[in-house]
Amino acid sequence: MQVPAPFEYARATSVADALELLERHGPEARVLAGGHSLLPMMKLRLARPDWLIDLGDLAELRHLIRDGDWLRVGALTTHADLLASAQVGRLLPIVHDAERVIADPVVRNRGTIGGSLGQADPAEDLSTVCDVLRARVVITGRAGERVIGMEEFHRGPYETACEQHELITEVRFPVRPRSGSAYEKVERRVGDWAVAAAGAALVLADDGTIADASIGLTALGLSGLATDAAAVLLGTHPSEEVFAEAGRLAAAASSPVEDQRGPVDYKRHLAEELTRRVLRSAAERAGAGALTAVQGG
Amino acid sequence: MTAVEHRPANPAATSADRPIGFGRIQRKEDPRFVRGKGRYVDDIVLPGMLHGAILRSPVAHARLVSVDTTEALAHPKVHAVITGRDLEGLNLAWAPTLSADVQAVLATDKVRFQGQEVAFVVAEDRYAARDALELIDVEYEELPPVIDARRALDPGAPVIRDDLAGRTDNHVFDWEAGDAAETDAVFAAAEVVVAQEVVYPRVHPAPMETCGALADYDPVDGTLTLYETTQAPHAHRTLFAMVAGIPEHKIRVISPDIGGGFGNKVGIYPGYILAVVGSIVTGRPVKWMEDRSENLMSTSFARDYIMRGEIAATREGRILAVRTHVLADHGAFNATAQPTKYPAGFFSIFTGSYDLQAAHCAVTGVYTNKAPGGVAYACSFRVTEAVYLVERMVDVLAAELGMDPAELRLRNFIRPEQFPYRNKTGWEYDSGDYEPAMRKALEMAGYDELRREQAEKRARGELMGIGVSFFTETVGAGPRKHMDILGLGMNDGAEVRVHPTGKAVVRLSVQTQGQGHETTFAQILAEELGIPPEDIDVVHGDTDRTPFGLGTYGSRSTPVSGGAVALAARKVRDKARAIAAAMLETRPEDLEWEKGRWYVQGDPSAGRTIAEIALGAHGTVALPEGVDGNLDAEVTYDPPNLTFPFGAYVCVVDVDRGTGKVRVRRFVAVDDCGTRINPMIIEGQVHGGLADGVGMALMEFIGFDEQGNCLGGSFMDYLIPTAMEVPDWETGHTVTPSPHHPIGAKGIGESATVGSPPAVVNAVVDALAPLGVRHMDMPCTPARVWAAMQGRATPPI
Amino acid sequence: MQVTMTVNGAEVTRDVEPRLLLVHFLRDTLGLTGTHWGCDTSNCGTCVVLVDGVPVKSCTALAAMTSGHEVRTVEGLADGAALDPVQQGFMEEHGLQCGFCTPGMMLTARALLDRNPDPDEAEIREAISGQICRCTGYATIVRAVRWAAAHPATEEVRA
Repeated sequence: MQVPAPFEYARATSVADALELLERHGPEARVLAGGHSLLPMMKLRLARPDWLIDLGDLAELRHLIRDGDWLRVGALTTHADLLASAQVGRLLPIVHDAERVIADPVVRNRGTIGGSLGQADPAEDLSTVCDVLRARVVITGRAGERVIGMEEFHRGPYETACEQHELITEVRFPVRPRSGSAYEKVERRVGDWAVAAAGAALVLADDGTIADASIGLTALGLSGLATDAAAVLLGTHPSEEVFAEAGRLAAAASSPVEDQRGPVDYKRHLAEELTRRVLRSAAERAGAGALTAVQGG
Repeated sequence: MTAVEHRPANPAATSADRPIGFGRIQRKEDPRFVRGKGRYVDDIVLPGMLHGAILRSPVAHARLVSVDTTEALAHPKVHAVITGRDLEGLNLAWAPTLSADVQAVLATDKVRFQGQEVAFVVAEDRYAARDALELIDVEYEELPPVIDARRALDPGAPVIRDDLAGRTDNHVFDWEAGDAAETDAVFAAAEVVVAQEVVYPRVHPAPMETCGALADYDPVDGTLTLYETTQAPHAHRTLFAMVAGIPEHKIRVISPDIGGGFGNKVGIYPGYILAVVGSIVTGRPVKWMEDRSENLMSTSFARDYIMRGEIAATREGRILAVRTHVLADHGAFNATAQPTKYPAGFFSIFTGSYDLQAAHCAVTGVYTNKAPGGVAYACSFRVTEAVYLVERMVDVLAAELGMDPAELRLRNFIRPEQFPYRNKTGWEYDSGDYEPAMRKALEMAGYDELRREQAEKRARGELMGIGVSFFTETVGAGPRKHMDILGLGMNDGAEVRVHPTGKAVVRLSVQTQGQGHETTFAQILAEELGIPPEDIDVVHGDTDRTPFGLGTYGSRSTPVSGGAVALAARKVRDKARAIAAAMLETRPEDLEWEKGRWYVQGDPSAGRTIAEIALGAHGTVALPEGVDGNLDAEVTYDPPNLTFPFGAYVCVVDVDRGTGKVRVRRFVAVDDCGTRINPMIIEGQVHGGLADGVGMALMEFIGFDEQGNCLGGSFMDYLIPTAMEVPDWETGHTVTPSPHHPIGAKGIGESATVGSPPAVVNAVVDALAPLGVRHMDMPCTPARVWAAMQGRATPPI
Repeated sequence: MQVTMTVNGAEVTRDVEPRLLLVHFLRDTLGLTGTHWGCDTSNCGTCVVLVDGVPVKSCTALAAMTSGHEVRTVEGLADGAALDPVQQGFMEEHGLQCGFCTPGMMLTARALLDRNPDPDEAEIREAISGQICRCTGYATIVRAVRWAAAHPATEEVRA
């Protein structure tokens, strides 16, 4: 069995302690939460930190708090915690959609939201979810906290705005009335990374038109949101036609690469297909009436 | 749940209800497994034990320039680093394969596939051994690789096996069966001929336990004890004696609990040999366990057949002939495990279950820069490829003729009165009654109703598919006049002893990897002697404690060793009759047998039980002339023919038109394995094989890029179905006993793996039929199905 | 470094390398070889144990991380001679063949039944979907868990 190279280990007793340990042990120190991204990389010896700072005891980072128009999720909240929360399912159904297809139930018992965002894998589902929901990320350093939007958080594949000596401590989701959201992923098998996935959130105005829309894609070579696709929805009544147009624009915004999961044309097709599907679900969840029937496919 | 074949509510809950002999009983091996007390190779710890790890080639084809072990040897926990050069000095750098080729134990001249063994480290613990691998410095001079089997015989192709004297190309063998001229004549006159290239891509058995060994060489008395993940301990011992020069009587191979085999644990891998060398070199026990990537990248793969199939028929749907040419990718060394005279295994049974006028197949084997192997993964020596080809071709023909595929099969089956049936490639099918099995499967599936549902869905644009397959296996290799591996006849043994108190032990030359031998073989003995299964100890997997035989693969345990147990039991029974006659002071011919007891004809109260007879045999009874004082017997069984299990499968799939995603909604399997020993175990064997079939049809695939990098080298990319991808299986059976097997049993271990892939693929293609699709190759991943829907289906290799 | 944890109800303390994986701590350090391993990439679930009652892949946890926690392995499923209903169910319904994935499957089943005493087929399949069995095709594992649900431990359990 593959095993990690040697390293030193320290368990943090508080956020402040973790930050102090990170600073003390320098650039080759990594924080360890659930371990399900980092430890496999270490076993393959693709990652070889000198120090691991274990955050496992920081219960203060494992919380789900409704705070006015925000849902605050501690960075050490596990996938299983999110999935077990009826509140999350009610307010942010896209999170449950995504969590049901992230890895497998045993991995979800350990993997954390902070770890997922920090890993910044381009095929990571929760990053898309956070984009779509316009989440804000709390990053804590020794000088204090900063709260940033996802567009600022992303720095590219496997890179984020969270610096070596900082911690992701919380993710904040806006809770909006008359909103709906959804996520759908195509995978080769349960537990696999996405061939492609799409997420969407819609907010309806009193007259039933779309007041706000966001569309995100996973594993499709799009960084951030598909803004053109979302823009065509604004001010329209939810309909198959407009969703189809958004799907086309989302596909146009994608730039997938061929890999073992599929060729470019298939993935671009999925961008369109899945965008349409999640828009339908999101609209329905936002309380839109029946859409004009157009044959899917 | 819709399990059709549910058992009675109270399955042998008390010993009074439990059958003595055949029937559903719980497995005797389970109590240790459910307590975590199984004993697998990696669980064994010996005093002073060291750990080995293998450095493997990162490239597919390269000249080995140098291997510098200096730094690794300086590691404080490292005891030895062994290279190909070191092995050359011991004449161990190359080892014979089971196909009479040779394979590098550690590379000396070149590396020939990614993952090939280059150096072996022996260290204090498994972590240090892994660390030391990083300290070995290897220089490679890369060579162009041969990856596409279709190009392997091109005139300018790089020659992979330049180690073989005089070798100028990558050709391994040509082999054919059937009558080419006769077949061509039937094709020339046929009303309908359809052709299709059918690819069975490279897959891997991937048992949950990887391969490994623990070697313990005693330098004082020169004995080697080798704990090994092997399906064939006796064959391995003999081959080790030949390879390593250790006398056979000084070698003891122990195959303890095995975490699944599926043909992956038949071959002798370099790692096993290296563990032995490591133990000899260090004087201490050395354990080597491969990791998952090593397992997937270097040990025996399965299939990799590119088959150009043709089928000839009348317009009314009478199938006349089949012919095929196969290109077989054997990887860098020809290391397949099959009978010597059968380089393509039993592929020539590709005539399937149909009464044909002619058939011909030709197989060309080639070397490529890929891992060696080919015969594995419950393939029954390539019956898997044969059944897949013919069952796919029959569906292609059905599409051409506009006929229902089930109906087309029913019209062409070999009829019951034709058995024993000699097919056009020389097999004698021992028995069969195909139509009832087919009709039962169709009835269980509700076939007509499914077709109605499909028609409605098609009218709405939805993609639903119904796939049918019917297979005949040939298993239980085999008769020694035809079948051997490296000169060892493919027979198996059993030894029965009834102890003085009437308890018994049966010793087997075959080796379970989960099939439940400890239960099944006790039941055979129980059926024959009337001794309850719980009073019978089944010993296997230890060459010092069991008779010689070739082991468990190709569904041969019940057909071969099962025959041996039954015949040994009958010898015991005959002997018991003579002793009982002496005890009852009568003549043996005056005695009658009822299960567990001889009694006097016409006086049932006057009799002796097996236990009483056993005590008599070992006691003071005056024994008849020529009868020893025991109740023991030993048999090496040479089967007169193979056995021919068969079955009918129906698969129902739904395909998501927008994503290409396939969902297997239902799977109905009707199997006929002849006499049924333990229905629970049989059903389990079928279930596992069905999951294999869904896996291969939908997701399992070992691919390579153009440089020869393995793209299926971990469980992140070699996808195996989980509980979410498979349905609740619906099983049924018919019983057509083998006429020549002592108990009429035919073997069941691989039927479902053989029979299910075409059912799934046929269902997927059927779902896509409205889009004009007539064929697509496995694996039916979402991307590949979507491409097929666009009219752009491509082979996976 | 020193780690201390409760394993099957007993506290153990050992000196280990920080990099020691939990699966090796259990197997090699403590000799509890009922926990197996089958891959390197957290995909197969052969190594599942319960940590604080929750199924965890012990190949993807460090012994160091588990210090201070409670671990339950297959060796801790039975109560002396009395098998856990899950163990009995696996025997009754042929939920195992080679036995290699079985400990992990049984522990996940135990954790499922602890939070949902009457799971249906879909819930059972979902719960074990991070664990691969190569022998059974899963249907009998589902039946085994259903058997355990129908025979909770309050009943007399055969040894």
